[in-house]
Amino acid sequence: MPLSVEIEFSGGAELLFNKIKKHKIELPDKMGVANTWTIRDLIGWIKENLLCERPELFVQGESVRPGILVMINNIDWDLVGGLDYVINNNDTILFISTLHGG
Amino acid sequence: MAALAESKVLEREEIGRYGRQLILPEWGVQGQLKMKSASVLIVGAGGLGCPAAQYLAAAGIGHLGVVDYDSVEVSNLHRQILHTEGRVGVTKVSSAQESIQSLNSKVKVTPHHLVLNSTNALNIIKDYDVILDASDNVATRYLLNDSCVLLKKPLVSGSALRFEGQLTVYNYKGGPCYRCLFPCPPPPHCVTNCSEGGVVGVVPGVIGSLQALEAMKIITDIGDSMISKLLLFDGFSGTFRHIKLRERNPECSICGDDPIIKELIDYEQFCGSKPNDKERQKELLTENQRISCADYKALLDEGVPHLLLDVREPVEYDICHLPHSHNIPLSQLQKSKDILSLLNTPLSDDNKRVFVICRRGNDSQVAVHLLEESVSNLQLSVSDIKGGLTEWSHSIDKNFPLY
Repeated sequence: MPLSVEIEFSGGAELLFNKIKKHKIELPDKMGVANTWTIRDLIGWIKENLLCERPELFVQGESVRPGILVMINNIDWDLVGGLDYVINNNDTILFISTLHGG
Repeated sequence: MAALAESKVLEREEIGRYGRQLILPEWGVQGQLKMKSASVLIVGAGGLGCPAAQYLAAAGIGHLGVVDYDSVEVSNLHRQILHTEGRVGVTKVSSAQESIQSLNSKVKVTPHHLVLNSTNALNIIKDYDVILDASDNVATRYLLNDSCVLLKKPLVSGSALRFEGQLTVYNYKGGPCYRCLFPCPPPPHCVTNCSEGGVVGVVPGVIGSLQALEAMKIITDIGDSMISKLLLFDGFSGTFRHIKLRERNPECSICGDDPIIKELIDYEQFCGSKPNDKERQKELLTENQRISCADYKALLDEGVPHLLLDVREPVEYDICHLPHSHNIPLSQLQKSKDILSLLNTPLSDDNKRVFVICRRGNDSQVAVHLLEESVSNLQLSVSDIKGGLTEWSHSIDKNFPLY
């Protein structure tokens, strides 16, 4: 069963994704095994499949660049396992680019 | 600076003035007296700092400090609501002081007309109870965080850009600090400021007002503070959203149990960017790839055939442009796999000169690089116009609008 996931971008991160803030995506089974997608895998998948331009403004190594917060169902990813969090069906994953203007 | 004397009673005028908040049981006389004895430092008298200062003054804060190195510009007035047309060119701190005093003459206002840095920050911040980060740059945000951790002051942090705002409270009641969330600063080229990204004035207005509210709740010790919580405001969709943030990191380099940072550091070096939000001039090209506005004007007057490429986004091109220019945004050049086909229409065989212009002469240099790489076999001569339309307005056509 593919995983249904809602990906959201805010704080300007959406500018790298055709200015679209909400993306409903389906993650395919990995090598025939269901439900093994981690946030680490998702970031790689986003880079290959969703990111439209300038990947260096979004990713750094296998994670997001400094200054981007990741929220899983409105909770800081740091509280639920970070890169190793295993994604569940219908999770909402929000990438927030922190703002500095005033 | 002497601390404010603690007030024990409210005067008759104060009772009349603050009556609408005095009758709130959560606030009451005790809340008002705490406000009267409290001091708040607002760092940045801009889009966030103006409404924050306004509401704190209106609510009867005892002492307001305002830090800003800058002067009022016309382009500030759409969001920096303490400043006026008549005070363009005046320092923001004195302009803010004038507005605050005319709103509430009982408030003591201390203007700090300076760039806050590692040598002066602690000495200024130590005199205040609550600090508001209403700044516009990453270096100042780390400086304020570290100063507040070292001096054990709560930091109410706001930020805004385009249609979005963010708000949280750091370093208060055991909650996280800025470094717990952001141990590393973002790469400088990833940071967008208001002059480049744009901002709707109401958005910092909303966030700055909420910063005042958070400060008032801290001072009076009522309600729930935005500790370990991040408020996201999206003015475009009209939504507020609460995010649960991590707790204080015991291994944080400044607020952790065994901190590595024990005094302020060099924040410009740490962040790789200066403590302001001004645009900087890039120098990507050599002199012979560039042309001054004056030299370009001379070519134009001589009628030399050429293509003038304006590489700004269409929304900016619509605001103003040179009549003979052709608009291909840099973003399109960067995405295009076939730049030639983009150029073909406006470029003819007997016309091999291309000049590239943008708002300030930075993107135009990037575009020249791109063009030279992709059309090297065409023997095109590609140059960027130094300083862009801003310089054109300054030195060639004073009537050309600036934004």
